[in-house]
Amino acid sequence: MSGIGYQGKKSIPHLTSDRLLIKGGRIVNDDQSFYADVYVEDGLIKQVGENLIVPGGVKVVEADGRMVIPGGIDVNTCLQKTHLGVTPVDDFYQGTRAAVAGGTTMIIDHVNPQPGDSLLEAFEKWQEAADRKSCCDYSLHMDIPQWHEGVKEELDLLVQEKGINSFLVYMAYKDLYQMSDSQLYEAFSYLKELGAVVMVHAENGDLIAQEQSKILDMGITGPEGHPLSRPEELEAEAVYRAITLGNRVNCPVYITKVMSKSAADTIAQARKKGSVVFGEPITASLATDGSHYWSKNWAKAAAYVTSPPLSPDPTTPDHLHSLLACGDLQVVGSAHCAYSTSQKAIGKDNFTLIPEGTNGVEERMAFVWDKAVAMGKMDENQFVAVTSTSAAKIFNLYPRKGRIAVGSDADIVVWDPDRTRTITAKLQQSAQEYNIFEGMECRGAPFLVVSQGKIAYEKGKLHVQQGTGRFIPRKPFPDYSYQRVKTRDNMMGRQGVSRGMYDGPVYDVPATPKYITPAPSAKTSPTTHQPPPIRNLHQSNFSLSGAQFDDNIPRRSGHRIVAPPGGRSNITNLG
Amino acid sequence: MAERRLLQKDDDEGSLFSRLGTDSPKPRVKFGGMFCNVEGAYENKTLNFESFSPNTARKITRGRADCYSDTFSDSGSVRSDFSSISHTPNRPQPAASSQSQSIVHPTGPKRLHNARRESDRLIIKGGKIVNDDQSFYADIYIEDGFIKQIGENLIVPGGVKSVDAYGHIVIPGGIDVNTSLQAPHLGMNPADDFYHGTRAALAGGTTMIIDHVLPEPGSSLLAAYDQWRDIADVRSCCDYSLHMDITRWHEGLTEEVEALVKDKGVNSFLLFMAYKDKYQSSDSQIYEVFGLLRDMGAIAQVHAENGDIVEEEQKRILELGITGPEGHVLSHPEEVETEAVYRAITIAKQANCPLYITKVMSRQAADVIAKARKKGMVVFGEPIAASLAMDGSHYWSKNWAEAAAFVMSPPLSQDPSTPEYLNSLLACGDLQVTGSAHSTFSTAQKAVGKDNFTLIPEGTNGIEERMSVVWDKAVATGKMDENEFVAVTSTNAAKLFNLYPRKGRIAVGSDADLVIWNTKEARTFSAATHNLTVELNIFEGMECRGYPEVVISQGRIVLEGGQLNVTEGLGRFIPRKAFPDYVYKRIKARSRMADARGVPRGNYDGPVHDVISATKSMPSTPTTRGPPCPGKTVLAAGRNLHQSGFTLSGNQMDDHIPRRTAQRIVAPPGGRSNITSLS
Repeated sequence: MSGIGYQGKKSIPHLTSDRLLIKGGRIVNDDQSFYADVYVEDGLIKQVGENLIVPGGVKVVEADGRMVIPGGIDVNTCLQKTHLGVTPVDDFYQGTRAAVAGGTTMIIDHVNPQPGDSLLEAFEKWQEAADRKSCCDYSLHMDIPQWHEGVKEELDLLVQEKGINSFLVYMAYKDLYQMSDSQLYEAFSYLKELGAVVMVHAENGDLIAQEQSKILDMGITGPEGHPLSRPEELEAEAVYRAITLGNRVNCPVYITKVMSKSAADTIAQARKKGSVVFGEPITASLATDGSHYWSKNWAKAAAYVTSPPLSPDPTTPDHLHSLLACGDLQVVGSAHCAYSTSQKAIGKDNFTLIPEGTNGVEERMAFVWDKAVAMGKMDENQFVAVTSTSAAKIFNLYPRKGRIAVGSDADIVVWDPDRTRTITAKLQQSAQEYNIFEGMECRGAPFLVVSQGKIAYEKGKLHVQQGTGRFIPRKPFPDYSYQRVKTRDNMMGRQGVSRGMYDGPVYDVPATPKYITPAPSAKTSPTTHQPPPIRNLHQSNFSLSGAQFDDNIPRRSGHRIVAPPGGRSNITNLG
Repeated sequence: MAERRLLQKDDDEGSLFSRLGTDSPKPRVKFGGMFCNVEGAYENKTLNFESFSPNTARKITRGRADCYSDTFSDSGSVRSDFSSISHTPNRPQPAASSQSQSIVHPTGPKRLHNARRESDRLIIKGGKIVNDDQSFYADIYIEDGFIKQIGENLIVPGGVKSVDAYGHIVIPGGIDVNTSLQAPHLGMNPADDFYHGTRAALAGGTTMIIDHVLPEPGSSLLAAYDQWRDIADVRSCCDYSLHMDITRWHEGLTEEVEALVKDKGVNSFLLFMAYKDKYQSSDSQIYEVFGLLRDMGAIAQVHAENGDIVEEEQKRILELGITGPEGHVLSHPEEVETEAVYRAITIAKQANCPLYITKVMSRQAADVIAKARKKGMVVFGEPIAASLAMDGSHYWSKNWAEAAAFVMSPPLSQDPSTPEYLNSLLACGDLQVTGSAHSTFSTAQKAVGKDNFTLIPEGTNGIEERMSVVWDKAVATGKMDENEFVAVTSTNAAKLFNLYPRKGRIAVGSDADLVIWNTKEARTFSAATHNLTVELNIFEGMECRGYPEVVISQGRIVLEGGQLNVTEGLGRFIPRKAFPDYVYKRIKARSRMADARGVPRGNYDGPVHDVISATKSMPSTPTTRGPPCPGKTVLAAGRNLHQSGFTLSGNQMDDHIPRRTAQRIVAPPGGRSNITSLS
């Protein structure tokens, strides 16, 4: 019954391993840890507890006191994103293999249509490729490359029928993907009504374009031009703006790829003020810094090119881990988008052409463990939260994913906190020649990975199979982010002041049509439904919006006592 | 003469003694007293004006007349009068040119024929002079529109008019950095033009304004400048200078901006981040303009509100059926202001350009500025009279006219604690100057927007009330001292806009723009008594301690005993030079430090992936690109502030070896700890 036999990449499906008992492990969820056994059947967790009664012949895995955690969810991968017509070397097969090897049992990939393409077609293309190749469960984010009226219908379809509830909009990539603030406002409003999570690539594209031409004019063409033209202020500024927009529209905002301290601080501050905003640092920003852009080795420097770039500040990873540990940042992605060196070399004479993306899908869980848990910043429960549970909650996969509980999917990792390994391109699953974490030592690694109830990784060996990954549809209005939004909507109705008609004289305005703000173009008028007017949270309690009988009496800002009890003071006597 | 002075003092003795010990610093006791100031002590402490002596200052005036004579007629005989006098050969040399600043030679009867000149000589006695750095008791002698002497027992010519300032403070005349006395809205000109506006300014103790030139989008900046100059030269009652608003940026304006900075004496330019499809500039445009202004040595001003969001919100509010003035404040939430301030600061940081935020109206926006300053940004914030005194509750007034009177952008904050907070930041230096953003429209003009709040012309009054508001809210409450008061109402503005020390300071050689400020009594603002033409005053009924007792502008008394005595057209245009030190010293140093450098590498000679003709998705790249050989990229060896100290930009022999971020000791001395030996 046990499906142990040596199984290579092209092995036949091992039907026998459907029933599985994980014994003697400590189950770690995001809320608590406890010792129990887990019994898995048909890809679902059937029993959790001690002294389970299970059918005979079940394969038993001895966890030996190791942690049993929900499989990781990588919320940000780009396994099929084209750049200048170039496709990443890690496709859905290579990418998900690497994911499983690192303890990640589900990925959410970005569908990246080109401007002008149909979103639905792109979605189908991605789904088809992933269904054929993916080795673990997956879901899809949709990037919106351009905002126009026609997109709305497709968005409706995607949310209602296709199971997509998260959409990425770009504030960067001028003249390509970038949206203006008005368009962002409309996109936010529309996505909010659909109940979707708005994801934002936050960088000020206008300024980047300016800086890029400045840097190129200075004669800097190497990869160091990339971080020079994208200083972290531009990231922080865009994050701030995205949050402002989110607050105005009252919709949840999710910032992808938090790369710098200032951007992370901006998010943390906004959360303190009550904004519904989530931040996603990635493997690269959590483990390394931007000093490598100045490497003399072009290929090495180019391997780090991603947007927003890694911060040259060497204290950034530490800071991001601290925020992750205290809950100011919520989820960890990898932004895995691997291009080979020859693909990166398209930009050898111009850094703006270097395809952007770094690896990280395989190393993600281990680095969070090494840099946050092993250092004592974070406990194991928070580790589960940031690598899996929070992502499942934000994107409405919970409790199917992200928890070890009866009825959940059997995506389970037995985590070995003590194993130390050195990251190197030679041993990785990714097809990339260069690993940006090359040579880094890392505590913590998966001991065993169970994906869909089957052992996918054991004793350093992968037992995965192309095309077994299922598409997991996600419903709109995830409670985790929309509960607050809905309540606030109910509270935020606005009321005008009922006044008599103004019947005084009205100045004659000479006909100067050029001074009147031009009517906006057709694409910028959302007919949004408005919540019923109840109460406005933005108004202060001091509002005079009710009828005040003394409104016509001018208000005195303060009463001054001219003759106070006890006589006037010396100072006032002076005059 | 000395005897007479003594006698006058004796008359004052009674009141003087009663004052002793009640005020600090000690008032000046009679001449010869034990604690009297050392004679001549202050002459040494006043600035050495050799570099900017009255002659220089006058040369500026004359120089302007010369270089602009083709463009502008020097309205009024004042200026030509001026220059001719100063260069009359038989006229004794004035103080500064003869080094000793304390002695002035009586000019004798030769100049008596000039009646107007005669009224120019004034002596202000017994007041406490308050500058931004110190306060002291001294008399001030004024002649020809300049401060000629400061000190005690001044020797002055006979027949000089004496102004009594006992018990009051003498401060430099206020500078209102933000007025719009001519900027039209929907083709309507403000109700208070340069005459009424500057008249009100003088009545409130402000002796100089800097007005915003607002050209129509797409029109010439120089033409608008000329138009403003023509009107202001004829109408203005006090000295003025001009900011230029850039309403629609395009490359063609570069030359005009250059001409304005170099020849026309304008060193500050305003960009709009709001008013979509009208004045709004995109981030790229703002960056470009900032870069240009930095090279020119000008100050970038920004009207900070996110116009995109405002417009969307306006549409939404109108759809909700809200058409009254409360819609204005609903559609301009504070966050939108804050966001734009943050963005403006980011762009300015990138362009390394000094930034000046006009009209700081909310706590959050002020906080963003304060924080950016803590990080070392060269950014300045200007709260206005309205935001320092009022909050936005009036937008909900049942009286449409009253609610509409408050309409301005950014709007007054709903939070009633805002004025107090802004005053605190002003007191601690996080905000630097106060303006009024005076732009008044009559109720009939405001009523253009009676059915649609977006059409209500924006602007409030405040030019007259500004100084009193700051005194009452900040100084009288103990947040600020009198020196800081002078700084925020006058000196900082003069420094920022390169008017210092001609304006903004009481010192020998400075312009004689002075205010004798009554700190003890209060008066009440009201539309019935104000000097404006509008029917409503947003400060109606507010009682304010502190008001000007006497106002002296260009050496002439314009307000005394409650009587305004102004002359239309007497105001001079004050040109401002580029690169104000107060702002640009840091910028210059940073420009030198901030050079980015490339890394010299060998050519990449590995395989290159074929790009399938995907030209459409190429990012817009600049036309001129550096040569592909990176060997040429080494620039002057400066230092790159963007790089961390850990940069590997130098030649590193071990670059090909992968970098280890940390070394872990596997077998530490003393044996492994329990935790690592678990497995």
